[in-house]
Amino acid sequence: MRPRKATIVRLVLIAAAVGSLEAACRTGLVARFTMIPPSEMVVSLFGLFRSPDVVSDIGQTLTAVGIALAAAVLIGFLIGALLYAVPRARRIADPLLATYYAVPVFVFYPLLIVFFGLNAIPKTVIGFLYAFVVMIINTLNGLDRVPGVFWKTARVHHLGRRDTVVHLILPCAGPYLFTGAKLAVMYAFIGVIGSEFILSSGGLGYRISFAYNNFQSDVMYGLILFVLMVVILVNMGLYAWERVLMERRGGR
Amino acid sequence: MPDVHALGPIDLSLQPGEFFAVVGPSGCGKSTLLEVIAGLSPPTQGEVLFDGVPVGSFVPEGIGVIFQDDASFPWLTVRENIAFGLKRRGTDSKTTRRLVDDALELTGLGHFADGYPAQLSGGMRQRVCIARTLVLQPRLILLDEPFGALDQQTRLLMGDEVLRLWRETGASILLITHALDEAAMLSDRVGVMSARPGRFLDIVTTNWPRNRDSTIVTRPDFGQITSRLWTLLRDQSMKSIVETARA
Amino acid sequence: MNGAAARRRSSLERSAEVVALIALLLVAWQVMYHIAGKVAMTTPAETIRYTAKLLASSEFRPHVWTTGKAFITALAIALVGGSVIGMLLGFHRLAGEVAEPILVSLYSIPKVILYPIILLVFGIGMAAEVAFGTLHGIVPVMVFSMSAVRNIKPVYIKTGRVHRLSTWSLMRTVLLPAAFPEIFTGVRIGFSVTLLGTVMSEMFGSKRGLGFLLMNALGVNDVQLIMSLALLLVTFAAVANSMLMMIERRLYRQR
Repeated sequence: MRPRKATIVRLVLIAAAVGSLEAACRTGLVARFTMIPPSEMVVSLFGLFRSPDVVSDIGQTLTAVGIALAAAVLIGFLIGALLYAVPRARRIADPLLATYYAVPVFVFYPLLIVFFGLNAIPKTVIGFLYAFVVMIINTLNGLDRVPGVFWKTARVHHLGRRDTVVHLILPCAGPYLFTGAKLAVMYAFIGVIGSEFILSSGGLGYRISFAYNNFQSDVMYGLILFVLMVVILVNMGLYAWERVLMERRGGR
Repeated sequence: MPDVHALGPIDLSLQPGEFFAVVGPSGCGKSTLLEVIAGLSPPTQGEVLFDGVPVGSFVPEGIGVIFQDDASFPWLTVRENIAFGLKRRGTDSKTTRRLVDDALELTGLGHFADGYPAQLSGGMRQRVCIARTLVLQPRLILLDEPFGALDQQTRLLMGDEVLRLWRETGASILLITHALDEAAMLSDRVGVMSARPGRFLDIVTTNWPRNRDSTIVTRPDFGQITSRLWTLLRDQSMKSIVETARA
Repeated sequence: MNGAAARRRSSLERSAEVVALIALLLVAWQVMYHIAGKVAMTTPAETIRYTAKLLASSEFRPHVWTTGKAFITALAIALVGGSVIGMLLGFHRLAGEVAEPILVSLYSIPKVILYPIILLVFGIGMAAEVAFGTLHGIVPVMVFSMSAVRNIKPVYIKTGRVHRLSTWSLMRTVLLPAAFPEIFTGVRIGFSVTLLGTVMSEMFGSKRGLGFLLMNALGVNDVQLIMSLALLLVTFAAVANSMLMMIERRLYRQR
């Protein structure tokens, strides 16, 4: 299958950008102190895995993200379903949902550290706080989109409540729940790594700030590259999967 | 993949002051024809002459177009919408106001002058578009299925309005429609297009008097004209349905 | 329920619901205080009192000024740059297609890890803060501006051509007003994330500003200050967002 024109142009542009950056770094146009050449970043990236510290950091970050994500998806879904079932509660919560992401959630980070101490809990909580509301919003969106006629169809088929939910509502809202989960992944990463970076005792974000503070340019850039790759690949995969789910529906 | 032409060879002459309708099955290229005539889309072969001057990919002065989609600007009031073309031309405010008031009266929008299109029904919004076009006094008005989104009764009433406006402005009108009764009732001549690539199978002359209105549907020759149109069209419509299903 | 009655219910009941929400939040806050204790939190009443004192104090103002200056500068660049570039990407089909996945990726990465690079390029200080804030804000403005232009109804452009408008006139009188509501949504979101970016940059590598004060307060365990700063920033963000939201709703209601 021939790749689309846009894809080719994009790859060429990225290659050109990376190429110029490499040239600029190598010729000294960009000081070594500021940035190391991209090729060395890649080398450093592969070198990272030899360090047990880094491997343990990766584990820490992924664990925190995993827990935050699981909690966010589950609790976000339950709250979303609850709000859908109780319209009055939803109306009251509505301004909160609308304003939530306008608020800089990270301002609560110091508070959490005071509560729980400087360990893995505050960053996991931030990851959760950042991610669970997007799950609520998408759950509500998905449930809203279940056409009224589906509920009536269920009654015509004499389906009990449990069957209606499991066999009609969840499959119908499924793709939108998936969108919520996809965004939750994104936000959980941002929350956890952001917190680790600002202040933490472990994890990838911490390792990057540590490298910065100790002038370890190669380690720092290797780590940054690694995090970028992981996040971008995970997101691209989820976006592609989501598109497949939506296309099957004929939806956007 | 073979060359896909939207339109077959078309040879058409519009008389000044004439009301000409085009009917045809869906996908036959009726809208394309309108866009080519308006200068919105240059023809790949042949030429379009407006008052003897060739039309390319720009819209010449003196042509007005009313589209199927609602083209009223939601951020302007009805009055501002109608005044839009005049303002762009640099018409002074006194003349603008007078012309707009006339257009508001002509299209029955006087009461809604300071409201916004979002507050109006679909039919009223189309009237705003019609008023906006008329106020510029075009010599040729092109209408692309303008009443497609309206219910039948409103369509008939709008048809009467268009006839009235046609008589009062003396412009030539080209109407694209899929409704045979509408074409038969409103026009001096009806061009019947074939399935894609659309060309004219026949042009039916109605011979109606100039001061007609929707009551014309009660005349016996009205039935003859619509059945003639349908006879021509029936095969073409079936053809186009099969083609679309296959595609 | 007919339209007018529904609107009446909306405005009165809606205010009541917002009041109920705020009351609930305050109650939850108070409850959490009783669970967590004085060491970790302060009550709503105490926090409000302390915040008032802060705002009056002359030592506090320079920090507000620092954050404010960085925020407004970053916002201005993000809004102007983001909307112009976004609209251009919307108009030029290929460029938009090429840029879209890049923008989406930019949205999804923890931009904070790029902060060291910004610090290395700009050095520590206002420039880095502004750059970081702009980096945050420019993305949603671009994305929404691009989408807004793509969503312009084709019939508007055709109408402009029928009226024989010049390109500049078309853009000014038709395209921009048509795209404005969606661009404004991008502006609203851009506002919030620029604030987030600016404060976050101060939380890491700064010697002044509200973010710096926050981390400093953590260092000396000044719980009162932590709570007050959090309250201040949350309230500012929430109020600003609500006001922008009201404008946005009015823009969309016109459609």
